[in-house]
Amino acid sequence: MAAALPGSLPGAAAAVLLLGCCGAVLAAGVQDQAEQFFRSGHTNNWAVLVCTSRFWFNYRHVANTLSVYRSVKRLGIPDSHIVLMLADDMACNPRNPKPATVFSHKNMELNVYGDDVEVDYRSYEVTVENFLRVLTGRIPPSTPRSKRLLSDDRSNILIYMTGHGGNGFLKFQDSEEITNVELADAFEQMWQKRRYNELLFIIDTCQGASMYERFYSPNIMALASSQVGEDSLSHQPDLGIGVHLMDRYTFYVLEFLEEIHPASQTNMNDLFQVCPKSLCVSTPGHRTDLFQRDPQNVLITDFFGSVRKVEITTERISLNRDLASFESKFPEDELATEPLKYAEQLPVAQIIRQKPKQKDWHPPGGFILGLWALIIMVFFKTYGIKHMKHVF
Amino acid sequence: QVRLLVPIAVAFSPGSVPADLPRPLPFRDAQEMEITVNLRTSVTSHYELVYRGTTAAEGAALAAATAQEADAALRPLQDSVMGSLTMYVVPETSPLLPQGVSVYVGRHRSALVRAGGSLAALHARLRQVTQLMSFTAASVATALSDRVPDGRLSLDVRRYLKSSLGYEITFSLLNPDPKSHVVDWDIEGAVNSYVKPVLDKLSFVANFSVDSQILYYAVLGVTPRYDKESSSFLLSTHSLPHVINPVEARLGSSAASLYPVLNFLLYVPERSHSPLYIQDKDGVPVSTNAFHSPRWGGIMVYNVEAPASPQASLPLHVDVDMARVMEVFLAQLRLLFGLSREEVPAEFLLESPGNEGLADWELDHLLWAHTMENIATVSTTLTSLAQLLDKIGNIVIKDDVASEVYRAVASVQSAVAKLGMGHLHSAFQASKEAVTSSERAFFDPSLLHLLYFPDDQKFAIYIPLFLPMAVPILLSLAKIVRETRQHKKEPTKMD
Repeated sequence: MAAALPGSLPGAAAAVLLLGCCGAVLAAGVQDQAEQFFRSGHTNNWAVLVCTSRFWFNYRHVANTLSVYRSVKRLGIPDSHIVLMLADDMACNPRNPKPATVFSHKNMELNVYGDDVEVDYRSYEVTVENFLRVLTGRIPPSTPRSKRLLSDDRSNILIYMTGHGGNGFLKFQDSEEITNVELADAFEQMWQKRRYNELLFIIDTCQGASMYERFYSPNIMALASSQVGEDSLSHQPDLGIGVHLMDRYTFYVLEFLEEIHPASQTNMNDLFQVCPKSLCVSTPGHRTDLFQRDPQNVLITDFFGSVRKVEITTERISLNRDLASFESKFPEDELATEPLKYAEQLPVAQIIRQKPKQKDWHPPGGFILGLWALIIMVFFKTYGIKHMKHVF
Repeated sequence: QVRLLVPIAVAFSPGSVPADLPRPLPFRDAQEMEITVNLRTSVTSHYELVYRGTTAAEGAALAAATAQEADAALRPLQDSVMGSLTMYVVPETSPLLPQGVSVYVGRHRSALVRAGGSLAALHARLRQVTQLMSFTAASVATALSDRVPDGRLSLDVRRYLKSSLGYEITFSLLNPDPKSHVVDWDIEGAVNSYVKPVLDKLSFVANFSVDSQILYYAVLGVTPRYDKESSSFLLSTHSLPHVINPVEARLGSSAASLYPVLNFLLYVPERSHSPLYIQDKDGVPVSTNAFHSPRWGGIMVYNVEAPASPQASLPLHVDVDMARVMEVFLAQLRLLFGLSREEVPAEFLLESPGNEGLADWELDHLLWAHTMENIATVSTTLTSLAQLLDKIGNIVIKDDVASEVYRAVASVQSAVAKLGMGHLHSAFQASKEAVTSSERAFFDPSLLHLLYFPDDQKFAIYIPLFLPMAVPILLSLAKIVRETRQHKKEPTKMD
């Protein structure tokens, strides 16, 4: 399939450009707007927002993620389609002078924590393993639906990651790290199983561009806040709270998103211009070579919002009302519905079967065997064989 | 590599046999057609035709007054194996088919075809009917849409529900104005009378579960425009996509099962926004007053008539006409599954399926598509699993994962074999088992292996551990070798 794609890409690009020209010609057509929604082939949107830091001084990372969460919800993606992973130790931190709030702007203007935050993975559940499980779908059967990424081949997914990173890795909760190769492999696993239609990957960490260098699956667009070798800087400290509230790149992206509403036609090229070096001090980067469509034709709401394809229902089936009462199934009344017990909803048999089997003992082989052989040989050579008879 | 076999029986009623038959009746014939999906995948459709004359019983059934009666009478005479078709050729002057209609497609797996004079014309018509009733190149391409290179498929075809083991259907009543309307809907009765027959017919395809709910104070996200000429409120097409999102958060679809959820919403507009009509592209109000979104569900607007006297006491009691509502919802359900009757040629007359919701041949159509899709999914899943294991050599495969993989391979092979023999029923069952096993194997939680060890990390970890330990060992080894060599050189002292 990969071989067929480059051949059809110029054709598809030409077709899309032609569509674009025709769209410009029929400028005021109302039906034109409806057709434009069909340009991307997606039918639903998902978002995976990950904040990989904990501790009070990383307040800005949580504020970054929560601000993106607010924007994405405002533009239409429901909570059931957002997987939010936060350390969530800011709002109720003993050092927070305003408990139960997380502010994203100085002078405490905007509380992004609010009343209706739905954090799916919090605190110690934000690990590399859980993140990769969410992406690839290899989740234990007892995981609730809100913790799963149930995307299909017509889903556009937005993945936003923020935290501390380096050249080729991203630090998770100060105890482990995820490398760019693992991330690229996870995306490839998603592509193999067609778990996404198009993917937008945004990363706001130091040396963020290194994280998208290794992607090799199609239909991925990536944005990063800084190039390899550069640090992403934070925006401004708040003297009342005592820490930096947001990172620069996310701050300007959010300012840009404030002007987007669900019907807007702004495209990705504007998002690429969002934080020039004069404002951001670092150089934001982007990668679109794996993406099939031209970024000019990709709407911001294709990823950040959830604009559904809609068709008018013109057909109607004819039901015979008289027949209906005769065809009701009487045996339904005879079945007494049992009240469902909680235990029956858990796949207990499957969970029990997952206990590891007792492994048979195998003699050691390979490296360990060679090491032991070496040690024993040296021991005997040093002390001599004849001493062994005293041992046995 | 996949062969789809459709057994077709063509029965000629007396007076309709074309003059240029190659052999006397009865005889067999086979036609093959190759459907190329991409450079490496192609599907062969093989039609096995059995030409025969009608039996006496069939002749009696065909002597009925109307096509519907003939169809009903013919039903017990056919062998209705899933996937097979029976065509009855009636003479050109037969009164069964109305004027201008040359093909009548019944509710079951048969069609009445008007003889066209020559065999070639008959063949052309037969092919059209067969493709309508089983599968076309386009429907195969849609089912295998993963493999079609992008740009060749029109975007419209991507809207059907993917083949899944089960579906969850939720009926919701949205009442944004409980002060003005007290809405009563007998959803349980409607589900039992109208929805259950359709779901029972589809029960072979997947498991369906139905729930319902009522939401109060749930408003649409868009304000409708007031139109003075018709003194009604209008929702235009381009505002419809924004209607769904504010409501979806409150639908609670995330609490349902892991199967895809289909939402059917019935919206009773507020008193101040009544009556509310949906406009299509040309500004004409839609007769069904409903719209649907692919892979999500549908919304219908139910207008309540204004009370007879303006002083009627609020709240008004509204009894929803469930039959009218279910007609639209079930039509939307059919459209979501891809069973649309729009692209039928003009001279075809299709029998309406009645309360069952879909005809037998439409069920077959769905099964062909889903079986193809399942087989394609299983082969992609197993191939990518094999590639994963090749790339990461030290993943541990548990025994149950291995057994699932073997089962998936066996099932998919049996599904392909059964498709080639024309047994659609067992082919679909085998393909469903194959999908279950392959998904279980691919998504097994134990297959997650965080395994990326770059060379510099390997050095950085192992050298500080083993180098200090290895230095005395290596030195001792060197000493041993030196001593052995000296021992050999020195001649043994002879006393």
